[in-house]
Amino acid sequence: MTQTVPAAPGVTAVPAAASDDVPEIEPRVPRSWWRLIALVLGALLFLFPFYYMVVGSLQRTANTALSGVIPWPGNLTLHNYSQINAALSLGKALLNSAIFTGGVLLGTLVFGVLAGYALAQLRFRGRGLVFAFMLLLLMVPFQLLIIPLYVLIVRDYGLGDSYLGMIAPFAINSTAVFIFRQFFLHLPKELFDAARIDGASELRVLTRVALPLVRPAVLTAMLLTFIGPWNEFLWPLLITKQQSMQPLTVALANYISTVSGVATNPYGAIMAGAVVLAVPVVVLVIVFQRHFVSVNIGSAVKG
Amino acid sequence: MTSIASRRPKLPPPEGELAPGQVRAQRVLRAALGRHPIGMLFSAPYAFFIAVLFAYPLGLAVWISFHRYFFTAPGVSVPRPYVGLANYDAVLDDPAVRQAFLNILIFLVINVPLTVMLSLLLATALNAVIPFRAFFRTSFFVPYVTASVATVGVWLFMFSSGGIISNLLGPLAPHPSWLVNEQWAMPTIAIYVTWKGLGIFILLYLAALQGVPKELYEAAEVDGASWWHRFRSVTVPGVRQVTTLVTLLAVITGANLFTEPYLLTGGGAPNGKSTSPVLQIYETGIEQNHPDFASALGVILVVGVLLIVGIQQLVQRRQA
Repeated sequence: MTQTVPAAPGVTAVPAAASDDVPEIEPRVPRSWWRLIALVLGALLFLFPFYYMVVGSLQRTANTALSGVIPWPGNLTLHNYSQINAALSLGKALLNSAIFTGGVLLGTLVFGVLAGYALAQLRFRGRGLVFAFMLLLLMVPFQLLIIPLYVLIVRDYGLGDSYLGMIAPFAINSTAVFIFRQFFLHLPKELFDAARIDGASELRVLTRVALPLVRPAVLTAMLLTFIGPWNEFLWPLLITKQQSMQPLTVALANYISTVSGVATNPYGAIMAGAVVLAVPVVVLVIVFQRHFVSVNIGSAVKG
Repeated sequence: MTSIASRRPKLPPPEGELAPGQVRAQRVLRAALGRHPIGMLFSAPYAFFIAVLFAYPLGLAVWISFHRYFFTAPGVSVPRPYVGLANYDAVLDDPAVRQAFLNILIFLVINVPLTVMLSLLLATALNAVIPFRAFFRTSFFVPYVTASVATVGVWLFMFSSGGIISNLLGPLAPHPSWLVNEQWAMPTIAIYVTWKGLGIFILLYLAALQGVPKELYEAAEVDGASWWHRFRSVTVPGVRQVTTLVTLLAVITGANLFTEPYLLTGGGAPNGKSTSPVLQIYETGIEQNHPDFASALGVILVVGVLLIVGIQQLVQRRQA
């Protein structure tokens, strides 16, 4: 990792798809207890807030005493979920989040793969320029761009409160392009030359030869790309004024900062919304944990 | 670009079969466009994306920062005079902005050491055959991938006045409560961010630890080095690169803080003691209609971050 170029924290996690092949390290000290104690305490620290989120979302009245850690059967209800559903129209907010995320995934999968392949395997005028801009884009925090993007997208193009305006600044995830490029770079050139001599078009070479070989990388990049827009808050906050267009992050945040005061159990409703927002990503991480186990920023940022 | 790409034959026939003029034309074309001009077509959407949604806005941000600029009703055109460094002067004179940068400093002082210590400890613990290893790794990673809005919700619940953390600590809990306390608001945000980001650094340290040659430990053990000595002279140098990265990413995270002060402390309360530069950009630029001021602040912020990253890279390259 000699040339680490840090990207925005939200996008630097690049699980290395090849990590499963790395042999496990043999124990230097067999089964030492301090390790387990440290790890259990660590896991408790990381997972307790999630547990507490679920318990809090099911409480009829918020119990902030230490006994509130235990879900007492007498104090359980699903009322918080119907309350947050009524306040936010949860289905619509989830749909907005899904469209936002889906648009980014589609853009990244189609145009990102094309760009990553071209940057890795094709020699053409302008390649160096595109690559240099990609690296710059990974380094410049998105936050600098919020004012000019707001000016352009909302004021000039009138795309406020639209899916297109929401998706546009994220349409192609540059970290994913970088991952695609890195993986295509490692494929032997002879493979492609053989297909080209057989008369295959470049698009066919990409879809029939190159893509099947980097399938794990595609999955990894798609997982990463999913998390970005699903969790994104600042940009949709800026461009959605109508509640019917807001993704769940923005709708829930507005509920937290304004509406929650009038609810009977505001924290319960907030926790219910948080559970709904968190569940898809947590499930993805658990299901695909093998693709997340070894996070190698180096592979994402090495030039 | 389409016409250029389609003009190129899919399979260039051997040069011997072509007329000399065609050969020359093909050579010129190849020199001008590269060996695979279709690459231009493949990367065209991404190049368009970069140009329209990154390069142009970047330039616009700089342009706005040197002019007087505010939002008007659609269709109304107003003069936007060049004002030199006036916006930058205003930013640097603004006490709220100074407080925001001071807050980032407080954030770094708490976040960096805490992250380095905890993630190195947990990565070392994880670097062995341990039961439920996959479970531990995944559980450390979960906060990192969960939406800030969701996790901030729980922290609000836990750190509210009368919340479970205050109940746990009893008389030791601060008054006024964490998030409305001038001294504790920013540290609480720093602790939250540490908790949320720790997972990725544990995994990075783990990867670095696995790269430390085992022979070094064995040699140190043969020499009779204590556990602490081995840790100091083998482990710490072996993971130095990750430690540098923690510092850099902490600077970037600090420069990007928005959701936390916006939601956790209701917009940088109390008295701006937990505000952040990006929150200032949002409030001045969007809510108060001073995008010129906000752009100047954004430029200062990014130049600052890039300077720190650049200096670090230079130092690291000189050391290497």
